Amino acid sequence: MAPDVSRLRSGWRSLNATLTSAYALPYRTTLARAQRDEDDLFRLLVASEALGIPSPAAYESAELLPLLLEDMHAWHTRMGLERSPMDHLSCC
Amino acid sequence: MNSLFLAVIGLAMMAGGYFLYSKFLGKKVYALDDRHTTPAHELEDGVDYVPTNKLVLWGHHFTSVAGAAPIVGPAVAVIWGWVPAFLWVTLGTVFFAGMHDLGALWASTRNKGKSIGMLSGRYIGSRGRALFLVVIFLLLLMVNSAFAVVISKLLISTPTAVIPTWGALVVALIVGQMIYRWRINLVVTTVIGVTALYSLILVGDRFPVSLPETVLGLPVASFWILTLFLYAGIASMLPVWVLLQPRDYINGVQLFIGLGILYASVLIATPTVVAPAFNSAVPEGTPSIVPLLFVTIACGAISGFHGTVASGTTAKQLNKDTDARFVGYFGAIGEGLLALGAIIATTAGFQTLADWEAIYSAFNAGGIGAFVQGGASIVNAGLGIPAGLAATILATMAVLFAATTMDTGVRLQRFVVQEAGDLLGFKIGKVVATVIALAVALGLSFGASGDGSGGMIIWPLFGTTNQLLAGLTLSVITVILLKKGRPVWPVLVPLVFLLTMSTYALIVQLGTFFTAQNWLLFTLDLVILVAALWVIVEAVAAMAGAYRARKAGEIDPDEEPVLDPVHGA
Repeated sequence: MAPDVSRLRSGWRSLNATLTSAYALPYRTTLARAQRDEDDLFRLLVASEALGIPSPAAYESAELLPLLLEDMHAWHTRMGLERSPMDHLSCC
Repeated sequence: MNSLFLAVIGLAMMAGGYFLYSKFLGKKVYALDDRHTTPAHELEDGVDYVPTNKLVLWGHHFTSVAGAAPIVGPAVAVIWGWVPAFLWVTLGTVFFAGMHDLGALWASTRNKGKSIGMLSGRYIGSRGRALFLVVIFLLLLMVNSAFAVVISKLLISTPTAVIPTWGALVVALIVGQMIYRWRINLVVTTVIGVTALYSLILVGDRFPVSLPETVLGLPVASFWILTLFLYAGIASMLPVWVLLQPRDYINGVQLFIGLGILYASVLIATPTVVAPAFNSAVPEGTPSIVPLLFVTIACGAISGFHGTVASGTTAKQLNKDTDARFVGYFGAIGEGLLALGAIIATTAGFQTLADWEAIYSAFNAGGIGAFVQGGASIVNAGLGIPAGLAATILATMAVLFAATTMDTGVRLQRFVVQEAGDLLGFKIGKVVATVIALAVALGLSFGASGDGSGGMIIWPLFGTTNQLLAGLTLSVITVILLKKGRPVWPVLVPLVFLLTMSTYALIVQLGTFFTAQNWLLFTLDLVILVAALWVIVEAVAAMAGAYRARKAGEIDPDEEPVLDPVHGA
């Protein structure tokens, strides 16, 4: 009976995958945008000292800066700035 | 006439439409070809553009477009007899709706998945986008207003549906939490959600909630309408994963269950159609069948709203070019089936002609109430479910369809208000935009008639606006086809028919509202008439331009299929 169990299991998995994508599809864009907005807020908090906003957590958040460098360009263009606003974090 | 015969003929016509006509459209008119890379692959980003399995995508398209409207329209229109409604729904689905949905999807995939609004800007002209906004604003305004009235009527006529209607909100809230907080898998969540909903229906059936004649100094109908708008306002502003997303999902599952129950009952019970084929004794005050039939049934025969779904989200997720036929055309057929089911329920669900005539005692008297009553007696005969419980099931289903459209409608209206604000040069916040959206819809509900029942009077106007939107989409498709040097008749003939009937209906209704001295609706009708003429003028100008270019031998360069090394055939 072993093959039947594995068939059942893969059937269950594919049913679950189908329903999951049916659930996610209509609102994927909306949720991704909301996620991005939250990320932007977080980024602002981390980079606040470099942008001239005093931040009590600057010392702690400084070590997160390199992690945010990756999306730096996408972020500042999204914020309507053609070039990086930070002196030492330039990407273009 | 037996309803089984009706169902079989209808199904056969739609199957013929899919296997024969859509094949012709896909080959000769839209020239679908898998060598075209779809936007989902070309611009894949995991967010907007995601190649999706065609069954899932079809499910999305079908459940987004089908709702309460394809039930209400036919349920009102059978007053002229079952033959006209049957023919318009079946022929409409085959030659109008399927062609339109597939066309909108096709036009969008050939333009990087852009929406019809953007395409009308590109192909109709610079005023195209503004025109599109005006039409969509009117459409959402009327759908919100009409559906509030539909739900309020059902909650009064079927008091057993009150508990499941509001309880469904709790179920949806819990389903949302199950998925995003507790990460329970979808199969289990679906089973639990649906079971909970049907338990609520059983509870509601045992404990009907009938409100007194007046609540808080308001007539009960007005009270429900105000409550519904309050609900829709709040629901539309919550994060979508909390309520809207799980609600849409459960609704989609419900749609399949509902269609299954309805068609299984018809096949088993095979009830006789008691309504006349052509009703020669229509109640006084019923408008003339031509042109009103063609705007009373919009969804179910052709609906412009589908174009916004097809071009907005569906087109960005199409995996293969040839999938468009299944997703677009067959999606429209799904809605046609629901409309056909509504026709059978409202014409064969009564014992005698006299019973039917008692329900259809005036234009707009039948409607969704007749669907619940007639459908329940068929379900009772077919599946043995007690008639009262069957009525609760159908009423709850109809309410949930309409309510989901309402909360989504208010949310979309908020975006339209904000976009219109942008065009005029000022920024409108989320709450203010929602308040504006609610205020205009409420104003229409109560302004059209004192107790808030104005929503049903505007039903044909809603249909007209929907057809107008379809007209705009078909014009865009025609212009693209002309530019590509393809046959345009399959699109142009329905387009001309649609715009003629809509304009004709607007003029007829203008007279009706004038005689009734209903100045609010008179003005609204006038605004829509201006929009209609505007659509016609812009469309004719754009088509004439494209035709001249075609005569001069200019063919759109992307006519030749683009060979793609990765996804190529």
